[in-house]
Amino acid sequence: MLMLTCPCCGITAEETEFAPGGEAHLKRFGPGSSDGDYESYMFQRKNPRGVHFERWRHAYGCGKWFLAARDTMTLEVFGTYPAQTTQPPPEIIAKIKQKRPEWEGSQ
Amino acid sequence: MSHRLAKGGRLINRAHEQKFTFNGKPMRGLKGDTLAASLLANGQMLLGRSFKYHRPRGVVASGAEEPNALVGLGRGDSYEPNQRTTTTDLFDGLVAESQNHWPSLNFDLLALNNLVPQFLTAGFYYKTFIQPRAFWKHVYEPIIRHSAGLGKAPKQDARDPDRYEQIYAFCDVLVIGGGIAGLQAALTAAQAGAKVALWEQTAHWGGRAPVDMVEIDGQPADIWIKTTVKTLESMDNVQLRLRCMGAGVHDHGYVLGYERITDHAPDPASPRHRLWRMRAGQIITATGAIERPLSFAGNDVPGVMLASAMRDYVVNYAVAPGHEVVVVTNNDDAYRTAITLRKAGVGVAAVVDARAQATGALPEQARAMGIRVLTGKGIRKVKGRGHVNGVEICRIDSKGTAYTEKLDCDAIAMSGGWSPVVHLWSHCGGKLLWDEVGNFFRPDPDRPPLGADGAGFVHACGSAAGAMGAVLAEAHATALKAAQALRAASTPPAPADDRVADAAPMEAVWMMPRNAEYDLRMKMWLDFQNDVKVADVQLAAREGFQSVEHAKRYTTLGMATDQGKLSNINGLAILSDALGQPIPATGTTTFRPPYTPISLGAIAGEARGAVFQPLRRTPLHDWHEGNGADWEPVGHWRRPYTYRRSGESRHDAVNREVINTRQNIGLLDASTLGKILVSGPDAGRFLDMLYTNMMSTLKPGKCRYGLMCNENGFLMDDGVVARIDEQSFLVHTTSGGADHIHAWMEDWLQCEWWDWKVHTLNLTEQFAQIAVVGPKARQLLERLGGMDLSREGLPFMDWREGTLGGFSARVFRISFSGELSFEVAVPASQGRAFWDRLLAEGQDLGIMPYGTEALHILRAEKGFIMIGDETDGTVIPQDLCLNWAISKKKADFLGKRGMERAAMTDPNRWTLVGLETLDGSVLPHGALAVRAGKNANKQAITEGRVTSTYFSATFGRGIAMGLVERGPERMGEVISFAGAGNTRIAARIVDPVLYDKEGEKQNV
Amino acid sequence: MSDLAQSALQSAEFEGFVTIREAGLQGMITLRGDLGAEGLAKAVTKATGCAMPAPRRVTSAGTCGVAWMSPDEVMILCSHDKAPDIAQTLSKALEGQFATVAVVSDARAVFKLQGAGWRDALAKICPVDFATLTEGDIRRTRAAQVAAAIWVSGKDEATLVCFRSVAGYMFDLLSTVAAKGTEPYLYSLPTETS
Repeated sequence: MLMLTCPCCGITAEETEFAPGGEAHLKRFGPGSSDGDYESYMFQRKNPRGVHFERWRHAYGCGKWFLAARDTMTLEVFGTYPAQTTQPPPEIIAKIKQKRPEWEGSQ
Repeated sequence: MSHRLAKGGRLINRAHEQKFTFNGKPMRGLKGDTLAASLLANGQMLLGRSFKYHRPRGVVASGAEEPNALVGLGRGDSYEPNQRTTTTDLFDGLVAESQNHWPSLNFDLLALNNLVPQFLTAGFYYKTFIQPRAFWKHVYEPIIRHSAGLGKAPKQDARDPDRYEQIYAFCDVLVIGGGIAGLQAALTAAQAGAKVALWEQTAHWGGRAPVDMVEIDGQPADIWIKTTVKTLESMDNVQLRLRCMGAGVHDHGYVLGYERITDHAPDPASPRHRLWRMRAGQIITATGAIERPLSFAGNDVPGVMLASAMRDYVVNYAVAPGHEVVVVTNNDDAYRTAITLRKAGVGVAAVVDARAQATGALPEQARAMGIRVLTGKGIRKVKGRGHVNGVEICRIDSKGTAYTEKLDCDAIAMSGGWSPVVHLWSHCGGKLLWDEVGNFFRPDPDRPPLGADGAGFVHACGSAAGAMGAVLAEAHATALKAAQALRAASTPPAPADDRVADAAPMEAVWMMPRNAEYDLRMKMWLDFQNDVKVADVQLAAREGFQSVEHAKRYTTLGMATDQGKLSNINGLAILSDALGQPIPATGTTTFRPPYTPISLGAIAGEARGAVFQPLRRTPLHDWHEGNGADWEPVGHWRRPYTYRRSGESRHDAVNREVINTRQNIGLLDASTLGKILVSGPDAGRFLDMLYTNMMSTLKPGKCRYGLMCNENGFLMDDGVVARIDEQSFLVHTTSGGADHIHAWMEDWLQCEWWDWKVHTLNLTEQFAQIAVVGPKARQLLERLGGMDLSREGLPFMDWREGTLGGFSARVFRISFSGELSFEVAVPASQGRAFWDRLLAEGQDLGIMPYGTEALHILRAEKGFIMIGDETDGTVIPQDLCLNWAISKKKADFLGKRGMERAAMTDPNRWTLVGLETLDGSVLPHGALAVRAGKNANKQAITEGRVTSTYFSATFGRGIAMGLVERGPERMGEVISFAGAGNTRIAARIVDPVLYDKEGEKQNV
Repeated sequence: MSDLAQSALQSAEFEGFVTIREAGLQGMITLRGDLGAEGLAKAVTKATGCAMPAPRRVTSAGTCGVAWMSPDEVMILCSHDKAPDIAQTLSKALEGQFATVAVVSDARAVFKLQGAGWRDALAKICPVDFATLTEGDIRRTRAAQVAAAIWVSGKDEATLVCFRSVAGYMFDLLSTVAAKGTEPYLYSLPTETS
């Protein structure tokens, strides 16, 4: 069972205090978007074996959503960061690259 | 015959006798005994029957690894099967019964299986019970079920009377195992400044060291153990727990510990078991090692024991397993048993050593004591059926066709070497190495389980790491490493000096004799509990089960409740040999938690009875309960389905409530409805995105019904929105939807439109909300006084805030029944007082509360949809003819893009209609409309389904709504619904609005 | 009509190795807004007499308290009958700012846990290292299957807040884990709790 640190309230807690929210950094495609874009937004997920960016909500705590960079294989957590961003912050990217030099980026 | 020795026994108290019964027979033991020790002291060698062949079985081991000596403990509600006698501490009044025999332990009819062991070889079930097919269910399975399994399950109506609990704890360093390595590791880590927890699964500190003749600083280990425990107990940063087993190591330093608090001393006030949910920064596994049996014919006969277990019984409990013992070994360690037995005055017929030479310190000591040592020899076969009465010896490298000599004995001590307990290391991904010297798998320190930071967080030490000699220095170093990983500051003093006798190398012997013939191999047990023999594993290999995981499942090797603690390595070795590959190439099966079985009670913890699940109560719950409520669960809420009067059926009660609400006044507890305050400069804009219709144009004081869809365009919630002021709205959600919709709002606000200025507050429980419904509703509320509730003062779909009969209230003029209706919200703390007041004031008006079923019928008569009935997660608003609630002006709202998909605009979609059976009957819930003919798969063609169906007291017949293909275009058409069996029910498609189509009643 | 007001459990009490008492009616106001904004802090202090709390802390003065709930939310504690007035004062003071005020007194139930063993009792249901909490700290977490906020309100006392609807569950739960004879002695010693 994971331990995660909520960047919003600073609490480090076990997974049962949080609720998972799937892949992070999805771009919403609304009315007028192509079928392909809408499909990618709604249904296509990366599901990687390795570095993954994902959404979590501190459901039993401060109630805030945040994002986590995590290795789905080893469960290593590279870091958590506030949800108000469209891409991982540079310091998280730097940490991942340092620990996973072979990582090719999230795109 | 086993018996109690006159002297010795380091763990027993001879002054305290304890009475117990075994199969109803009264016996006596001593305080400090395990049940196994007591039974042996009473001469009880035969303790149970084996799983498949019902062979007589006795104690093999002295700890958690015991495969045979399982019993049922307790009686009645407290009965528990499959309890290991070797880990059960004796207490006064203990009741035990042996299991897996019929009719009795000494005479077991099912032992017939044993006469033809060929009958149940590997894969027997798979091969035998395949044909004829129908036989499986009616013949084979019932018979197998009757004869399979070990203990009996407790009776169906038994209710465990004991308490159980769980506890969350945190430490820097968790040391699992309280042997001398674990004690040293805990001491070092604690002295380094870490917060330490130390768990030991038995009732005693020190592990095997005192029995294994270890000396520390030149003195017997007991002295050092006592001092060290005392030191640890005096330290504030150390928590010691005996009888607490490390059950499993999980991700990110999460460890489950199974503490057996009162198993040894029943006490109803105390929890019986406590499950520790520990988070540790670093974990040290000092879990020791387990001795391996040797595979020789008849190695399962009662009286054959692990050599280490035998010396445990002698040293710890002063119990001798027999009068004349043969020790059989492939290593030096077993000589300790011979020496111990001889010192205790028990006869040792010989040590049979498979090695060509035995020249280590211990064999020399044994010889010096006059013990006969046979080298290059093995056991050909054990003589005796219910108990050992001799052995036949043969050359180790022979086929075992003939014996070289016979030895008389009544017990055999066997040692096939040791295997480190690597379970906890392995649970979370720690990798193993094959140790060529010790012939065992041990943790590979370079490939530990990885934690949240990507670094290793488990360290093994002592014999669990494969160190079979001195361990303290290495335990100290391991603990320092763990403490340093946590940046602990202090430097602990150097450890004490532990010494054990030098040992000559062991020699792997996986089968005895090495080239044993088939009829010997048929009697060599690998897995005692599941009755798997050497020949079975060899057969599996021949039949192509090369993967160790496949061979395990095919033969059931290691799949019993002991999870192969004794059998795995021996089985792997046999499999590897049969496949002609080295053991590491075969690998091990997966180690999964828990280390030994833990009670279901501990897993459930406190969650039973009243606190099994949270029950949500409205402020009126107690009133409902006291007034005949038939409860209906709605999420974790309980809502009254109906209020039954004495002698009334549910059906009658519901009809009474429907009629009364239509004619007089009904009261509904609507407190469970979600109430979310949405406030801020962008609140209107936000609600326009959330709802399919326009909310930003709503004027303060007004209400509007709205629909919420997910991004697929599927309906997920509906309800009435009331505008409070320019910047705030009160959103009503369904009862089940409140938490979910609040979270959904926050998700969009925090993660997508984080620059929008909107706050949401879930105020659901702040208010008691009571619907006052029916033609006399206004009359009643006007009696309370304080607000203008006239048609003009509070028109339909308006709301006002004020004081009603002295209660500060919000009154919403909304209707979910088609009647004149007011929903009144008062602070929850005053909800009960307000409810009581309404009932008192309305008595002469025929006031009557109604439940959720009447609510459903009333809304269905009016053609209102219900989320969860008309919707199922695949229904769009258009399917429910709610196009009027979908804004065409808005460029965007959640679900708009989803609704544009081709499948959503298909004119053939199933669409909402009313349904009227021709015979007036009530359609079955969920019934499918079927058309003549078959589809390509030869199935009936469906064209619709029932979504809501009730008996309407108002109309005196069944009414229903359903989704039907092109339904609204087919008004008046009669279609056919599938009933029970092959019956068909004819129903006409009608307008779903049956009651007051013009809406005059709700608008008076 | 406040004389007709009832708390969820009407001050029910349980005597275990910790004393559990439903605290009766407690005024509570939720305030959401920019907690760093000067005007907001001033308004809070003016209405309650309490300083704005640091993250995960509770400040108190007289009968009032202010508890930090999340980066943009505080909960104001006051007497039950004063809550509507204080809320109104706050709303007025914050007019024109992006802030939301609502009385939530009746949406909650409050329990006092008294005795040195309160950490031991709560450790059985909350995944929290209570050694890290000192007086004046507040921790929002999970108590068995429901949400709870736990405030270290005294030397040997904690205050637990949960939703009103689960007050009965919470009381049964707390009574179960605080029952005499079930002391785990994880945080406290036998001598302290007896």
